[in-house]
Amino acid sequence: MTNIPPQVLLLVGALLIPLLKGKAKTAYMLLLPTVAFYGYLQLEIGTYWQVTFMGFELTLGRIDKVSLIFLNIFIIVTFISVIYNSHVKGAMEHFAGFLYAGSAMGVILAGDLITFFVFWELLTVGAAFLLLVRRTSQSLGAAVRYALVHVFGGLILLAGIVLHITETGSTAFTEIGLNGLANYLIFFGFGINCAWPILHSWLTDCYPESTVGGIVFMATFTTKAAIYALMRGFPAEPSLIWIGTGMATFPIFYAVIENDLRRVLAYSLINQVGFMVVGIGIGTGLSMNGSAAHVYADILFKGLLFMSVGAVMHQTGKVKATELGGLAKSMPFTCVCCIVGAASISAFPLFSGFASKSIIMTAAAEGHHTIVWLALLFASAGVFHHAGIKIPFFVFFSHDGGHRVEEAPLNMRIAMGIAAVGCIAIGTFPNQTLYPLLPFDAPAYEPYTFAHVMAQTLLLVFSALAFTLLMTGGIYPAEVRSVNIDSDWIYRKGGKWVYGLFDKSLNAINAAAHKSIIEDALGKLGRFTQQGPAHIFEWIMTPYWALKGKSKEEQKELKVSLATAAEKGTFPIGITAWLSILVLALLFLF
Amino acid sequence: MNGSHHPISKTAKVTVHCLFIICGILFILDLLFFSEFFDKHAYFEWENWPGFYAVYGFVACVLLVLVSKYILRPLVMRDEDYYD
Repeated sequence: MTNIPPQVLLLVGALLIPLLKGKAKTAYMLLLPTVAFYGYLQLEIGTYWQVTFMGFELTLGRIDKVSLIFLNIFIIVTFISVIYNSHVKGAMEHFAGFLYAGSAMGVILAGDLITFFVFWELLTVGAAFLLLVRRTSQSLGAAVRYALVHVFGGLILLAGIVLHITETGSTAFTEIGLNGLANYLIFFGFGINCAWPILHSWLTDCYPESTVGGIVFMATFTTKAAIYALMRGFPAEPSLIWIGTGMATFPIFYAVIENDLRRVLAYSLINQVGFMVVGIGIGTGLSMNGSAAHVYADILFKGLLFMSVGAVMHQTGKVKATELGGLAKSMPFTCVCCIVGAASISAFPLFSGFASKSIIMTAAAEGHHTIVWLALLFASAGVFHHAGIKIPFFVFFSHDGGHRVEEAPLNMRIAMGIAAVGCIAIGTFPNQTLYPLLPFDAPAYEPYTFAHVMAQTLLLVFSALAFTLLMTGGIYPAEVRSVNIDSDWIYRKGGKWVYGLFDKSLNAINAAAHKSIIEDALGKLGRFTQQGPAHIFEWIMTPYWALKGKSKEEQKELKVSLATAAEKGTFPIGITAWLSILVLALLFLF
Repeated sequence: MNGSHHPISKTAKVTVHCLFIICGILFILDLLFFSEFFDKHAYFEWENWPGFYAVYGFVACVLLVLVSKYILRPLVMRDEDYYD
C-alpha cells in the first residue's frame, strides 16, 4: 500500500496552487483529483496510513465500502468543480476549495475520532474561506456567522468525543449509539453539520452568499460528511427517522416563497438530506443503501442545479426570481442542464433521483412507517414543485427579464455537461453505475417496475398540473423582493435583542449601582465617618445634659464644641479615658 | 418581443395543453390498469386505489402552495434589508 492518502494529496497539493498561473494552474488542479481517483481505484478494503501522535494511534485510511462510495463521488465532484471554476483567476478560491475537499475526504477516511475531529474542523475553515473569497459585506457576515455556528457545533462535538474516549478508553470511530451525555453531544455535533431542523439555518443563511463556484463545493461536503458520520455512528437510531422527515418536509414551504434562487436550492438541499437521514434512521441494509445512493445522486444533481443557476448568475449578475426569466433562448445549454438537474432531483424515471430516492421510500414502506412514507411522498411532490419546476421556470421561461447574454463559458458548460450525463447515466442504468457501489448487504433492488414508473410519473405530472393551474389562476404566490425569517433570526436579530437586553438591563444595574454606591453610599459613609461620632455623642449626652439641668442655649454650645471635638478627634482626656474604660469593660464582659 | 406583452405566450399555451393531455392519458391508464393487469407491489392498501398518486400529487402541491402563501409568508416575510 504505497498510495498517497487522497486527503493529504489534495491538502498538500493545494499549497502549490498559488505558485501557478493560467493553463498550468488549471492543468495542475485537474491533475490532483485525477491522481486521487487513480489512487481510489487501487484501494483495497483495509486500514492504512496509521501514525502515532502524542500516544494516540491515528488512522488516516479506513477503507471499506462505505468510505469508498463517498470517496468516489467526492473526488468526482472535485474534478467537476475545478473545471467549472477554472475561469477564476485568483488562487485563494481554488485553494479554499481544495482545503475544503481534502478535509471532507479526511473526514470520511478517518478511522479514529481524533483524526475525524481534526478534519471535521478543517472542513469549517475551508467553507468559511470559500465564503470570504467573495469579498462582499454579505459574504463576510455570512463567513463569520458560519464560523461561529460551526465552532459552536465543533465544541459540542469535541466535548462529546473527549467524554466518549474517557468513558470507553478507545478512540475508535465505530457505532456510537445514543446513550449517555457523551454520545448525545456527538449526536448533536453531527446534527449541526447535517442541518437538522432549527439547527439548519446556517446553511440557508450562508451558502447563497458564496461564490458561483464555491457553492458547488458547499452543497457537497459539509452535509454529506455529516451523513457519513451519522451512518457510521448512529445507524438505525429511530429518532433520525423523525428528524429526517422534518428535514424533508418543512424546507419546501420556505422554498415556495423564497426569491433568491440559490436559497431555494439550499432549502431543497436540506429537503434531500432529510431523505438520507430517514434512511439511516430506518437502519436496514436497503434503507442505508438508499441513503448512500441518494448521497451519490444528490451530489451530482444538486451540484448541477447550483452550477446552472450559478452560470446564469455569472452571465447576468442576478440570482433572484424577480430579476430573471426568459433566458432559454440566450442560454439554451445551461437551460437543458438545469432541466436535467431538475428532473433528477424530482426523481423522474430515467433520471438519477428515481433510482436513489425510491430505495428509501421502499425501505420506509417495508418498515411500515406509514406517516413517514406519506410525508416523504408529500416531500417528493413538493420538491418537484419548487426545485423541479420553479427553478427552471423562473430562470429560463416565465416573463422576459430582459437579459440578453451569452451562453455560459466553455469550462462551465463542460462541467455541467459531465454532471448532466452522470445524472442520466445513474438514472437510466443504475445497475451498471450506482448500485454496484452500494455498501450495505441488502436484497437487489429494481426501480424500473411498471407500477413504480407509473406511480412516480402520475405523482409528478399531477404536481405539474397543480403548478400550472395555480400559476394561470394567479394563486401561485408572486415572487417578491423580500427575506423570509428562519431560525437564523435567533442569532441574527435575536443576537441584537439579547445585546439590547443586556445593554438595557446590565447598564441599568450598573447605573443604579453607580448612583447608590459611588454617589450616595460613599457620600453618606463619608459624612457618617465625619459627623457620625458627633451625632452618637449628642444622642448619649443630650439626656445627661438635660438631667444636669443645662439650659437649651448651654446645650447648643456644648453640642457645637462636642461636634468640633468629634470631627477633629480631640476629646478632653476625661472623656477619652471613660471611653477606654467602657471598651475594656465590654471586652471583659464578652 | 410581442409575446412579452401577453401573460401567456403561444408556446406556453401549447405546453399547457400538452400537459393536460398527458395528465388525462396517464390518469386513464392508471384507472385501466389498476390492480387488474399489473401487480403493483403495493405496501399500503391505498396504493391500489385508482388515481391515488395523481390525486396525492395534485392535492399535496395545492396544499403546499396555499400553506406557504397564506400561512407561512405572512408570518416570516420581511423587507429585503431586514437584517442590514
